[in-house]
Amino acid sequence: MSWIPAPVDELLAAALVCEMTVVGAKGQPVTHPLLPLWDGERVYVTSSVLFSRKLEHIKRDGKVSVAITDPVACGGLATRCTVQGDARVFEDDPHETWTRILPLWRAKEPAIDFFLGKRFALPLFFERSLIEITPRRVLWWEDGNVESAPSVATPEGAGHG
Amino acid sequence: MDSDLFAKLSAYPHVVVSWIDDDGYPVQTAARFRADAEKGEVRIGRTGLPLPDDREVNVVASHIRPQPGTGYDQRRYLSLWGRLHGDGDEMVLRPARVWGWDEAETPFFEYVERSNVQARRYMHALSVERGEEVKPRLSPVWTFLLATRLPFLTATIVPILLGIAVAARDGYFSWWLALLTLVGGAAIHIGLNTANDIFDALSGADEANYTPTQFSGGSRVIQRGLLTLRQMCALSAGAYVVGISIGVTLVLARGSLELLAIGLLGVALSVFYTAPPLRLVHRGLGEVTTALGFGPIMVLGAYVVQAQKLSWEAFVVSVPVAILIALVLYVNEIPDRYSDGSVGKRTLPARLGRVAVTRGFLIAALAAFAVVLVAAAFGIIPRPAIIALGALPLAWKVYRGIKAYYTSPYELMATMGQNVQMHLVVGLALFAGYMIAELASAVLDSPPALLV
Repeated sequence: MSWIPAPVDELLAAALVCEMTVVGAKGQPVTHPLLPLWDGERVYVTSSVLFSRKLEHIKRDGKVSVAITDPVACGGLATRCTVQGDARVFEDDPHETWTRILPLWRAKEPAIDFFLGKRFALPLFFERSLIEITPRRVLWWEDGNVESAPSVATPEGAGHG
Repeated sequence: MDSDLFAKLSAYPHVVVSWIDDDGYPVQTAARFRADAEKGEVRIGRTGLPLPDDREVNVVASHIRPQPGTGYDQRRYLSLWGRLHGDGDEMVLRPARVWGWDEAETPFFEYVERSNVQARRYMHALSVERGEEVKPRLSPVWTFLLATRLPFLTATIVPILLGIAVAARDGYFSWWLALLTLVGGAAIHIGLNTANDIFDALSGADEANYTPTQFSGGSRVIQRGLLTLRQMCALSAGAYVVGISIGVTLVLARGSLELLAIGLLGVALSVFYTAPPLRLVHRGLGEVTTALGFGPIMVLGAYVVQAQKLSWEAFVVSVPVAILIALVLYVNEIPDRYSDGSVGKRTLPARLGRVAVTRGFLIAALAAFAVVLVAAAFGIIPRPAIIALGALPLAWKVYRGIKAYYTSPYELMATMGQNVQMHLVVGLALFAGYMIAELASAVLDSPPALLV
């Protein structure tokens, strides 16, 4: 059974946008709003080669975090969270490899099939890398009040406030 | 950071503050904030996670609007970097750097085009890393279709069909000559399309164009890394070899000096449309070149292949088609006017102002229809060809579209499509006029004047 707290699991499954922060070339935080995909154990995001600076950063340093903070983009869920984790980039075949998470993508953005059908018009957009994030620590604010201290969960221990 | 950006930032409900923690992992928290444009500060409210003042932070505000059943839209974000300092209960950021995207200001397709360089850089790095070329993939059929801009061959098919129709009415018709003419004309057209892309890539015109559409800005196969410049050159050369070979075959088969002259002029115009030293399109002569090439040269060429002589009627019927195909180029150049102008490609829309370009379209389009009306009324072309006037409302639609969307490349796309449609409809209507006249003459002993 996943160690991820239930409210965070629910949030990851619902969120249409997250802010993913990677470590930049000079050690600075670099944040990208992205569509987060969640299979119950790992967070996935994909990146087109068009917007691939984040991939360069992750390949240099795989430490990342993903924040979900916008109730409007989460079906009204008030919970907010930050998931810290280790990212790996899969891009054996930028044309195909990422398509293994297509069912998760389709569930959140059904229009993707329409755009994929027009792949010829956006060939570079669909040359993509898959970023897999294995969570190592989760901070969450169940009531969404970020002025309070977050609850914390790690794989080693149960979540605590 | 200017006051406009502070105003934009204020429209977001909250920000996310990110920094790199002591263990090397990024950490983030949402926060309330207030943008103070006067002081150039972003004031961040109290957070449960203490915000650092000893390292750089990234403050991001982002927005989407969920669209059940499809996904989301209204994507925008602002990203600010700098160091925080405490001020009472608040932490204050004076942004040192700002980045962002708002799809309402920079449409997604433009954003994608602006990122082509990064894509090529990344794929090159991947190629070096792996020791084998990594490039975008598209089926050979799609790649060929894109590279050659095959759907635009209607510009060749229409005048050649008309030339054949005029010849057939004069009693000259051969299937195999008609077929060879079509294939040869199409090959030269493909040679022209690909050569245009090659020279626009070399001059930087296509690279500088961030708002291409399906009608403008070239095929983009070079910019998107689908084909190399060398492959495009091979495709172009191959098309010209096929086209010229067919042309030579037709000249030899028909023994016509007129055909030789027309063929040589056609190939020369096609090559020097963008090729140095003439670069006709750079000198504002693109429309005239296109009108000549896809008007009289194609129509008369197709006629001479069949009849082995020239024809005033073929010339007259080529004029409206010539004007309308020139207008296809003219309107398609509107969204490219800045990128074209920036590399010295001084097309008419790059030279003229909005009002002149818009009026110029209307005058030229009306002139094309006037030629049809007069030629049909005086029986220079068959009277049933007057049905081409049925496309007049399209001219008005295109005119209105140009007026309304002159500065919006993507919104102008529908208008560009209608403009292409107008050339096709008028051309096919003229062709149908010839067919009706032919049929009437074949079926009726003395057909009424309106049908011939």
